[in-house]
Order: sequence, then C-alpha cells, then structure tokens
Amino acid sequence: MKTVIIKYNAGNVQSVMYALDRIGVDYLYTDDEAEIRSADKVIFPGVGEASTTMTYLREKGLDKIIPSLKQPVLGTCVGMQLMCRFSEENNTTCMGIFDVDVKRFPATPGIKVPHMGWNNITNYQSKLTQDLIDNAYVYFVHSYAAPVCEYTVATCDYINPFSAMLHKDNFYAAQFHCEISGDVGQKILENFLKL
Amino acid sequence: MLTKRIIPCLDVKDGRTVKGVNFVNLRDAGDAVELGALYASQGADELVYLDIAATVEGRSTFIDLVRRVAHTINIPFTVGGGISSIADVSALLHAGADKVSINSSAVRNPDLINELALEFGSQCIVVAIDTRYVETSAGIFEHIVHTHGGRKPTELRTIPWAKEVEERGAGELLLTSMDTDGTKNGFALELTSTISANANIPVIASGGAGNMEHFYDVFTKGKADAGLAASIFHFREIDIPDLKQYLQNKALPMRMTK
Repeated sequence: MKTVIIKYNAGNVQSVMYALDRIGVDYLYTDDEAEIRSADKVIFPGVGEASTTMTYLREKGLDKIIPSLKQPVLGTCVGMQLMCRFSEENNTTCMGIFDVDVKRFPATPGIKVPHMGWNNITNYQSKLTQDLIDNAYVYFVHSYAAPVCEYTVATCDYINPFSAMLHKDNFYAAQFHCEISGDVGQKILENFLKL
Repeated sequence: MLTKRIIPCLDVKDGRTVKGVNFVNLRDAGDAVELGALYASQGADELVYLDIAATVEGRSTFIDLVRRVAHTINIPFTVGGGISSIADVSALLHAGADKVSINSSAVRNPDLINELALEFGSQCIVVAIDTRYVETSAGIFEHIVHTHGGRKPTELRTIPWAKEVEERGAGELLLTSMDTDGTKNGFALELTSTISANANIPVIASGGAGNMEHFYDVFTKGKADAGLAASIFHFREIDIPDLKQYLQNKALPMRMTK
C-alpha cells in the first residue's frame, strides 16, 4: 500500500509522520502530482492559517489536484478547513469539496478561543470511528470550525455544536489532531488506512 | 465537554530526568522517554519537558530526546528551557514537539513572542511566567515576574505582563508561583484566578500541588485550564489515574482513558 502525505506550507507534519511510524506504515511526503495520484491513501494534514496555506496550494496546483482525487483522502485540522467552501479566517475561498463554510467561534463571555485541549465527539457515522468507545476524547486546537451540516459524521460541542468529522464520497476529514489524540486518534488513523 | 488537563513536568539534563523518581516498574527511572510514555499510558493529558542543561552538547542531546519522545508518545507535549530564537523553535518543532515554552527570552525581548507567533502560529507558543509576591521599591507588595528559576526579579508586574504576552500572540500561559512552588500547600489560587479570568487563552497553573484537593481548587477557585506538577507524580505521592477519577467524581470534566 502506498500512502502519501501531501507536502505544503503547513506546520507540524512531523507528528503525523511519527504517528504513521507507530502504526508501522511507510509513507511518502511529497507535492508531486504523479506520486499523489498513484497513492492508495492520501493524508492532507495541517497546522496553519487558511489564506497563506490556500495561496500556496494554488501556486502548486494542489487546489485542483486534491478535489479530483479518487482514492481515500483524509484532511485534518486546517487540512479539513481547506476542503470546505470558504473560511472566515482572512475570508479565504477554499477547495469546496465539502459545501460548507468555516466560521470563527463566536465571542462568548467566559469561554476561551481557541478551543484548545481534549473534548469528546459524539454521533459517529463514519467508517473511521468504527470500534471507538462512545464519547471518545480527542485533541483540538482551533479558532474556526465547520458547523454541523449534511456531511457531518461526528459532532463536538464548544460554544455551539460543530463538525468534528466530515465525509463525502472518498473524502474524509477531522478537525482534531488524530496524530496526538492518544489511542483514539491512532484507531481513527488505522481505520482510514484500512479503507 | 472540554476537559481540564493534568500535565506532568519532567526536568531533563543530558536526556535524563533530573528529579529522582521511584517508579519500580520502569526499567530505567531516569529515562525521560520511558517515564513520559508511562505517564501517557496512565492518562496524562499532555507532557512538559524542560531542558535544564545550558550547554551546546546538552541542547543537541535534548533535540534528540524530543525526537524520541515524539516517536514514542501519542499525546501533545511542550518543550522548554533556553529557547531564545526562531531557529531554536524551528529545530524543536521539526523534531516533533507540539509546542514550545519560552520564559526569560520573552522577558528580555518581548518582540520574540510576536515573531514566533507569526512564524509558527500562536497554538504552539507557550509563554511561561515565574512570579513572586514581593515588596517593591515603592514599599508595596506586588506580583512581580522573575527569571532565572525565580531568583531574579524583573521590572514587570505579573498581571499586566500576562495580558501583554497574550496580545503579542502567545497561545497559552504557564504560570508558576515561586511563592507556592515546592511548598505542597496548594497552588496560588487568587493570582491564577485573576490571570485566567483576564485571559482569553488557556492558563496552566504550576507550583504548590501537594494533594488531589489542590488540583480541584485550582480548577474551580483558580479557574485554571490545566494543572502541572512534577515531584508529586515522580514520587508517586499522587497517581494520575486516581487523581483524574477523584476530579471526575467531583464533577470536573476529565478525559478518562481506562
């Protein structure tokens, strides 16, 4: 099996590589179109800001390549947000795989933004959440989120319910960091790699 | 529901934990990677590794340690100690650290906070503040920021400094009260509460944990988002699973792993 991690100007890709090492999966870290297209699984990770990452994806043509992929693709954190239609973070037009707009958490007295730390996810409806315990805890760090929509396959609640995971056709996405979400995150990654 | 976090802190020199530990089930109690993995398996929510070696050799050993920790554990971890440049941070994040903590260098050069937040994102920049309640030259008692392990007072007042570092782009505050640190009499509740209520970023409280009730107090009265401790975990005066169960029984949101 060939697994590709998409190379772009996002931070903390190292943690994703180490998570795959722990699972025992080989991977290629590349932005080469032919390598990406020939992969069995594609991971699109990310820590970063929407507009600068999106600009970089456009420069490399990745904004056209990623939505056209046919194999299972997993976007995490900013990767997930860039797969949506639009992000309020610097008013960024994104790739539009999921027809939903990413919004900033509303300012709420006594509640901190970013949403940082361990929170539980509910209402699983994804192959990636198979065999997870109910209300599993995963690690989030974000100030923007996709609302609950027709593609939502796991929900989290912070200020409002929002999409913890999305799924449409061959595209899967998680707002949290699977790679540092303990055994739960590892299970989700394993489920993705088994698709 | 977003949980309160329990964070063990490991002081490291030359790849080894410095404070003695008495975990009988560890092959090598001084191995910082093995101890971190044990804490992770016990349900620690994050780990902090502080490099207390100041030499160049110590620094490269530490980066190697960070790489091994990142390879081994699957929860977030923060690294700190002697970080003073974009290059330092880049090397540590590239080795696999999730966050870095800066302290004296932020006091010396506050613009560093802005630069790091811009370069790497606020989410991975923790600013550590060591504070002590002292009599100032004006003859009044105030919370004053200290450096050099709490020995050297600065000109900075703690509460406005906490606000300033947030405005400059810090993603998290690690607040250590040098008045309570090592006393085992509990965290500095009033100061932690004031700073947390003023902040829109998470506050990790540190210094003074001696029993499980102290953690309950710092999460309720102290309004902290996370509680950090070292020796009480290393010496097994408190076991993490017991602590998390205790806090959950008292209706605090906790990530239970077992």
